[in-house]
Amino acid sequence: MIAFWVLGTIVIVSAVWTITAKKPVYSVVALLANFAALAVLYVTLSAEFLAVMQIIVYSGAILVLFVFVIALLSSGVAPFSAGPNRMPKAAIPAVVVVLAALGFLVYATAGVTAVAPGSVHTTSTVGPVGTAGIFGSVADFGKALFTVQLLPFEVTALILMVAVIGVVLLAGDRAPYVPSRRRAAEVERSMREAIVRGGE
Amino acid sequence: MPVAIGNYIALSAVMFFLGVAGVILRRNPLVTLMSIELMFNAANLLFMAFARAWLANAGQVFAFLVITVAAAEAAIGLAIVVTTFRDEKNVDVDEIRLMRG
Repeated sequence: MIAFWVLGTIVIVSAVWTITAKKPVYSVVALLANFAALAVLYVTLSAEFLAVMQIIVYSGAILVLFVFVIALLSSGVAPFSAGPNRMPKAAIPAVVVVLAALGFLVYATAGVTAVAPGSVHTTSTVGPVGTAGIFGSVADFGKALFTVQLLPFEVTALILMVAVIGVVLLAGDRAPYVPSRRRAAEVERSMREAIVRGGE
Repeated sequence: MPVAIGNYIALSAVMFFLGVAGVILRRNPLVTLMSIELMFNAANLLFMAFARAWLANAGQVFAFLVITVAAAEAAIGLAIVVTTFRDEKNVDVDEIRLMRG
């Protein structure tokens, strides 16, 4: 219970910091705190494998990718500015949205005290940690992933492969086709020159 | 001491709407992508809480798949940012009008 409120506070504060930070690097740091707190929250929900995945995939891969891109873009000729935000224009709807969410928080905590199949417990289930049949253990999770949920797993593998090929095509060294106005103008100019040369 | 499922729903809702606010308010494409990650994680937290409440494995498996798709999305989004920045030298999403037609 105490763990939930502490972690929930960390999650919300770091989320606010993520979307309000001036520099993208600070947003990445805040997002790291957010993901770490979420990983601990997953442990309290007895999702141990997902907590490990949260740290490895999100904090280890995705956030490092963000840091790489920030480093890559800021090393160019133009300084990588944070980019202005639209705070004055959209402040009122933002405040409304946040207030609605907080109102929902109060409503949910006051109205729902117990759920039908049993409320969420922070204590883990009985039995030794990590054995099959215990909810949330790695063995239990893996068994479900590779038997009942095999088709979604394979489809996700396909999606990942498409994403990898797409990224290589988009940002690779010799991108075959990158749509841009500048490149289109270059192509158009070279075609015009070719036509003029052909007419002479 | 048990935590009611409503608390998890509320935390997830707040986190999701903070992500929405980040997408709406910020012009930096990197911060926009990070806000999308926030929304993914709000959904994941809800999956995990309901999986625990009903002792169902499917929620955890689906959260795992969401993590995978989020990784693919982040990779493609960042590739688009890099490509656009290479051509336009610009990081304001309001100024990028290539797809407007």
